Amino acid sequence: MTDTSSKYEMHEHDVIVIGAGGAGLRAAIECSAQGAKTALICKSLLGKAHTVMAEGGIAAALAHLDEQDNWQTHFQDTLFGGKYLNNWRMAQLHAQEAPERVRELERWGAVFDRTPEGKIMQRAFGGHTWRRLAHVGDRTGLELIRTLQDKGVHQGIDVFMECTITRLLKDGPRVCGAFGYWRQTGRFVVFQAKAVVLATGGIGKCFKITSNSWESTGDGHALAYQAGAQLVDMEFMQFHPTGMVWPPGVMGLLVTEAVRGEGGILRNNQGQRFMEKYDPKRMELSTRDVVARAIYTEVKEGRGSPHGGCFLDISHRGAETIKRKLPSMYHQFKELADVDITKEPMEVGPTAHYTMGGIKVDADTGASGVPGLYAAGECTGGVNGANRLGGNSLSDLIVFGQRAGAGAAAYASQAAAPRLDQEQVEAAAREMTSYFGRPNAEDPYRLHLDLQNTMQNLVGIFREEKDLTTALARLEEFKQRAAKVGVVEGQRIYNPGWHLCRDLSNMLICAEAITRAARWRKESRGAHSRLDFPQYDDYFGEHNLVVQNDGGVMKVEPCPVVKVPELIPLVEQRKAREKK
Amino acid sequence: MSSRVFKVWRGDKSGGRFVDYQVQAEEGMVVLDAIHQIQRTQAPDLACRWNCKAAKCGSCGAEVNGKPRLMCKTRLDALPPGEVVSVRPMRSFPLIRDLVTDVSWNFQVNQKIPPFTPRPDATWIMQQEDVDRVQEFRKCIECFLCQNVCHVVREHDLKQHFFGPRFFVRIASLQMHPMDGLDRMALLKDQAGLGLCNVTKCCTEVCPEEIHITDNAIIPMKERVVDRYYDPLAWLWRKIRNAR
Repeated sequence: MTDTSSKYEMHEHDVIVIGAGGAGLRAAIECSAQGAKTALICKSLLGKAHTVMAEGGIAAALAHLDEQDNWQTHFQDTLFGGKYLNNWRMAQLHAQEAPERVRELERWGAVFDRTPEGKIMQRAFGGHTWRRLAHVGDRTGLELIRTLQDKGVHQGIDVFMECTITRLLKDGPRVCGAFGYWRQTGRFVVFQAKAVVLATGGIGKCFKITSNSWESTGDGHALAYQAGAQLVDMEFMQFHPTGMVWPPGVMGLLVTEAVRGEGGILRNNQGQRFMEKYDPKRMELSTRDVVARAIYTEVKEGRGSPHGGCFLDISHRGAETIKRKLPSMYHQFKELADVDITKEPMEVGPTAHYTMGGIKVDADTGASGVPGLYAAGECTGGVNGANRLGGNSLSDLIVFGQRAGAGAAAYASQAAAPRLDQEQVEAAAREMTSYFGRPNAEDPYRLHLDLQNTMQNLVGIFREEKDLTTALARLEEFKQRAAKVGVVEGQRIYNPGWHLCRDLSNMLICAEAITRAARWRKESRGAHSRLDFPQYDDYFGEHNLVVQNDGGVMKVEPCPVVKVPELIPLVEQRKAREKK
Repeated sequence: MSSRVFKVWRGDKSGGRFVDYQVQAEEGMVVLDAIHQIQRTQAPDLACRWNCKAAKCGSCGAEVNGKPRLMCKTRLDALPPGEVVSVRPMRSFPLIRDLVTDVSWNFQVNQKIPPFTPRPDATWIMQQEDVDRVQEFRKCIECFLCQNVCHVVREHDLKQHFFGPRFFVRIASLQMHPMDGLDRMALLKDQAGLGLCNVTKCCTEVCPEEIHITDNAIIPMKERVVDRYYDPLAWLWRKIRNAR
């Protein structure tokens, strides 16, 4: 029951979904469709989540252009891309269900680009054997989010916009709700729920050069970790090969892989098509880890472009095609960098883009190890293994958003009404007010910058033991400083300095998890490259690393890769083919 | 690096004023970079909405030197050199604080529009040329700059009787969807207040996605409403047809 005597605003639902990108929206739609009273809570306005930045497309073996394509090949490609560390069951469900989820979007009003036969168009992308990405020019994420948003708001979901969750509330071992604040007023709000779905996206704001927005502060990762859930694959941070490198203000801004999908060529300052050296078979459409390392290496060895990247040229495709297939790239470069990509090459370099690591969940239901706590999308780990293929994110969102929504709704329909612990609520409120009135408070913006620089320089594309050890020591210092951050101006209404104070503690948990796992994995695989251990290691090839809160200490443990026995022949077949 | 003066509107519902800030201008800098620099170095509580910083989410709309713009897309070197840059919140929506306004009216309007409803005989085979127009409308990033400049909203504040350009585009995207089976003409004529628009094209001028709001969405929708409700021959034909 709602406690009317509480001094905070209270809401009661069967399921609350935290995060309103593709995964959160899809989860909320599913919960609501299953009859659960559902709340959707998001830090920004509805429809602004980072999903809008997904440009290239949704990977789904629809086989509209290449008849040979099927889920088995998509599954194999995903595992090859993830260097076989993926949760096989997740990769299987993902490949099997993506086509139906894409068709569903179309039935809900999404308007994809068309083939000459009038079917959903598909494009080539790195690591995908066939042309597989359903897309809308280079704004596929916007199409996905707008479609789900319109579906969701007409389905009776309660939407709480510009509301930040700072804590999960627990009733014994199970989750029973969440505490947060309204950004617009600074007031506190308590959600009571039988089940919680985390769909909070990524952690890119831990890094200096990133394609991610302010929202990507790893909230779901940290909330789950603090509630006792396990995180997996945290060492695998995807550096997208192509971010803008100039001008300084847009450094890191995403340049879609669709540029390469549509035929873009990478060159160094000597005019060499350098991917010939790194992956002659797949060239520019190699997996992202390989292309990012290649660009980084070219720059480091003195063959970079004037602003420290390399050249990406699509001008040979002609102005008309470029403007039709890559309209927002055309505008982005024209307006922000004075570059006409129909006539001249872009300058691009790696940018922190996506985390393969996240909350460890059951593939079929999205359940974490904590009763009542579910998760979907980028804040989970498993489907992508050591490296994600482009296009597999949007499909991940809708496949596992749907599954986590169904899982949470089923749990909620069986679960007893939870009891809220007022002491937990008060503790959460005290934390948020503690940032005010601290004498000689630490500046949160300064601390954030220091954290970003440390992660960028010491836990970036190439890593080694001594850097990782230094990074851990610095993170300890940052934790001390984070305990002293404060708000200079006393305002609670829409105060970004105050918000950042709290976001920092989430980022610090994620940064530590990345760094600890990266130090543990003494090999190079996928997005994790160790200068001191440049080779694959058989033991690590069979194990994921799991991070967990052990009485206030972050513990890392290996855990065998989740395999599906009947899929072994498919995997072996692919491994054999790659050896040729 | 050169220094530039920014006048940023600070305040809340109870009032406010422009405050001057010195910004160190870098090459290629946009207004949003300047606002972030001010937050980082001078005013940690300066309220501003933003997300993608790539003109894809439509969060950072404001009035720069009096013109409604996305701050992430407005370069300092495109503004008159040497002059003070003024940044104030969108004028047509209630203020929350500093550069942040209450845009919830827009979300309420969207709720009133019956969503995509497929025809019973939908085949899902659509030719590219048949969806080009709908795709143009679906580029909308909901920055609400068009709503902000529309004089029906801005000068006359007829929010209760008018959906505004953003939602005429939204309705047009549904009406022109080859597989949609719903008729929203009565909604357009009555509740949405399409007739209040007198095609001054202010909305089209400010659209950062360059959607031809007036020519491609509003005017065709107006024509359909006129054909349906005000064309005497069509009216007569329907009478005769219904009589049979």
